[in-house]
Amino acid sequence: MSILVIADHDNKVLKPATLNVVAAAQKIGGDVHVLVAGADCGAVAEAASKVAGVAKVLHADNAAYGHFLAENLGLLVAEMGKGYSHVLTSAGTTGKDFMPRVAALLDVAQISDIIRVDSADTFVRPIYAGNAIATVQSSDAIKVITVRPTGFDPVAAEGGSAAVESVGAAHDAGISSFVKEELAKSDRPELTSANIVVSGGRGMQNGDNFEMLYKVADKLGAAVGASRAAVDAGFVPNDMQVGQTGKIVAPQLYIAVGISGAIQHLAGMSDSKVIVAINKDEEAPIFQVADYGLVADLFEAVPQLEAELDKVL
Amino acid sequence: MKVLVAVKRVIDYNVKVRVKPDNTGVDLTNVKMAMNPFCEIAVEEAVRLKEKGVATEVVVVSIGPKAAQEQIRTALALGADRGIHVETDEEIQSLAAAKLLKAVVEKEQPKLVILGKQSIDTDNNQTGQMLAALCGYAQGTFASEVVVEGDKVNVTREIDGGLLTVALNLPAIVTTDLRLNEPRYASLPNIMKAKKKPLDTVTPADLGAEIAPRLTTLKVEAPAQRQAGIKVGSVAELVDKLKNEAKVI
Repeated sequence: MSILVIADHDNKVLKPATLNVVAAAQKIGGDVHVLVAGADCGAVAEAASKVAGVAKVLHADNAAYGHFLAENLGLLVAEMGKGYSHVLTSAGTTGKDFMPRVAALLDVAQISDIIRVDSADTFVRPIYAGNAIATVQSSDAIKVITVRPTGFDPVAAEGGSAAVESVGAAHDAGISSFVKEELAKSDRPELTSANIVVSGGRGMQNGDNFEMLYKVADKLGAAVGASRAAVDAGFVPNDMQVGQTGKIVAPQLYIAVGISGAIQHLAGMSDSKVIVAINKDEEAPIFQVADYGLVADLFEAVPQLEAELDKVL
Repeated sequence: MKVLVAVKRVIDYNVKVRVKPDNTGVDLTNVKMAMNPFCEIAVEEAVRLKEKGVATEVVVVSIGPKAAQEQIRTALALGADRGIHVETDEEIQSLAAAKLLKAVVEKEQPKLVILGKQSIDTDNNQTGQMLAALCGYAQGTFASEVVVEGDKVNVTREIDGGLLTVALNLPAIVTTDLRLNEPRYASLPNIMKAKKKPLDTVTPADLGAEIAPRLTTLKVEAPAQRQAGIKVGSVAELVDKLKNEAKVI
């Protein structure tokens, strides 16, 4: 039995989520092969070959895969996946985009966003915005799976010495093309892999006030997130949204500022180790999950927090 | 051009779900049901395309029990022209839904199919992509902007790092993200008019699709409950607790 993991990367660096997916693959058991598909992504294949526990790296380098278009990537992964018992990738927006296409081409079900492996055919995943946890068993010959990275501790990025094998297959469906990309620029850690996340909600009142959170975040080396209310109100870009429809995070410390704690937001952060809530409404649902709650006006509390951090850090 | 929209009947998003004591699933008896929020956005986008003169007809399809006709009527009240109900009481998983929708696509020949990016019950986020694969069409998932230009559609997608725009050959599949639009409310006159709009009922057998489930749900459990912690009196106390008690900073 061998398992194919599709690496998550940007043609330059291997994204850390891949290490969590390899960990999930190891829980299933069997040889783990990693497919690095992209354009001019040799450095990524090299990085993948060093990941602990990886037996082989397959490197498919072709302009057709450069922007990870699902139409092209789907054909490649479906062709390669035929030789494996399991095909896994991380449940980021890229994996969510191409993986169901792979499953349909292989005529198998997909198991989305797993948080636990019970056995080679049985997996655990959240449903209803994390308000229920389902254990599902697959009867398909090939298990196509997306993995929630926060559900698995990552394997070491160094220590492996897998052989890199070049894959010649060039699949270009010719029905879609890349037009442009607008990436949010930030020096802060990536939201989904940050140890500390500071998030703001509607209570922040406007985008300029997020500056207060950025200051606190920079002191803590934290990423900054947001609730859907803050995104919809235009305070911050959508890629900062934490929740059922945004990103799922599980940091060591999650500080929710001016966030009421709707079901959809809790779905994205309730697995955090320690949750802090700062809210002036003491009835806010966020206090029901917060380890430490402070009932206070955030416009007073956040600058104080910044000052207090200066004293202890 | 003709636009096909798929809608799903799900538990209302405001309802706090309860897991059944026997762990077979979530209790849906006497629970408020509604159209999946992402599907509402799909209907709204199709209706806007019609108002712009891009779409000529908006057909809405739903797969599910008899009661799913309520959601089709809602879509008709929002501006869709006619409905197709694929009636079944069986559990329809994403792959089966995609196969049924493919049969509808073959019959209706829409230029654009719009679905929600995920349903808020199963949270699978699969059906649109699977339908695109089965039809051999391009896909624009997690769309926050859809612009039809000639025989192509430009879709701006919400991705992890920001936004990405792709150009897709028509016919194509689009799945909606929350920020694509703000769905309208159905007015009472439109709700009355919707009752007279055509709604065809077909069965999975009529469509000739294989719908047997591939996944078996062994059990459904409530998640581990987080306990409410303590309230602190000041920022200084909070920082002290984080440093010395929780040791996370």
